[in-house]
Amino acid sequence: MNFSDYLFLFAGMGAVTYFPRALPLLYLAHKKLPQGLIDWLGLIPVAVLSALLAPSLFTDATERSLSFGKTELLVAIPTLIFALKTRSLGGTVLLGMLLYWLAGIFI
Amino acid sequence: MKHGAAAAWPICLGYFPIGLALGVLAQQAGLSWWAVALMSVLVFAGSAQFICVAMLAAGASPSAIIFTTFIVNLRHTLMSSALAVYLVGVPRKFLAFFAYGITDESFAVNMARFRDGNWDRWHALVVNQLSNSAWIIATIAGTLVGQFVPQGAFGIDYALTGMFICLLVFQLQGRIYLITGLLAGFIAVIWYLLIPGDSYIVGASVVSATLGYLLKCRYRRSQ
Repeated sequence: MNFSDYLFLFAGMGAVTYFPRALPLLYLAHKKLPQGLIDWLGLIPVAVLSALLAPSLFTDATERSLSFGKTELLVAIPTLIFALKTRSLGGTVLLGMLLYWLAGIFI
Repeated sequence: MKHGAAAAWPICLGYFPIGLALGVLAQQAGLSWWAVALMSVLVFAGSAQFICVAMLAAGASPSAIIFTTFIVNLRHTLMSSALAVYLVGVPRKFLAFFAYGITDESFAVNMARFRDGNWDRWHALVVNQLSNSAWIIATIAGTLVGQFVPQGAFGIDYALTGMFICLLVFQLQGRIYLITGLLAGFIAVIWYLLIPGDSYIVGASVVSATLGYLLKCRYRRSQ
């Protein structure tokens, strides 16, 4: 692929990435939102994060099957406790990485 | 600037290993550093970029890659909508620029900060753009030095998972949030097991937020 092939591909990807990010914001930020919608949207972050996270902890990606013994899940437990106690994002990331690294060596 | 940077550094830390990994894979798939740079600037969406590299390596057509990107990134409509609550009446020019940097990570960090108060759109923009810079640098670095980094070194594969765990904790502001989170995780796992593709993210989010909202309404009425 040459430069213009890449430019076409990435510009296309960029456009379909950008518009879902921009249009709701451009539209909704200048509307008076009903309280019900605000309440619903307030639950979206926790829902999205949990939906992103849970399959990576409880399922095997290659077979798409349920799995309760993954290293990811094992490491998630102390990482979660640390996050609850300290509420430190950087610290949690570092501890999770450290534990996952050690688990890879010793398990 | 300082507050934004303090909020952004864990994202940058998390992006670095992932960006490096993407750079390495892209280089192995035959992309040169400038192509990766172009992609990170124009697209700035980690999961879509990984998929793009894998599809390029498999010889997929540009239209298939663009369509897949669209599907994978549809979840950002939800995040953009949720951010709108805190950006009411902000000039459209600002919003149009701000929207470029809405990712899973910057969204979660900014939402947690907005809710705690003491946060404004400029801080949020700093978080977005610093994360973006770290991402661009990391992905380019990956193409240049990536082959010297051993696979799985220092637990870098866990950086995003660790970040999501802590961002999830930030969101647990009461019983209804906990219930919604548990529901979302449960539904996402079932959805993921039963339905191929990535629809589980948007699907489980919408269903669980709706259930959580209905529970909240019912609880309020019974008060």
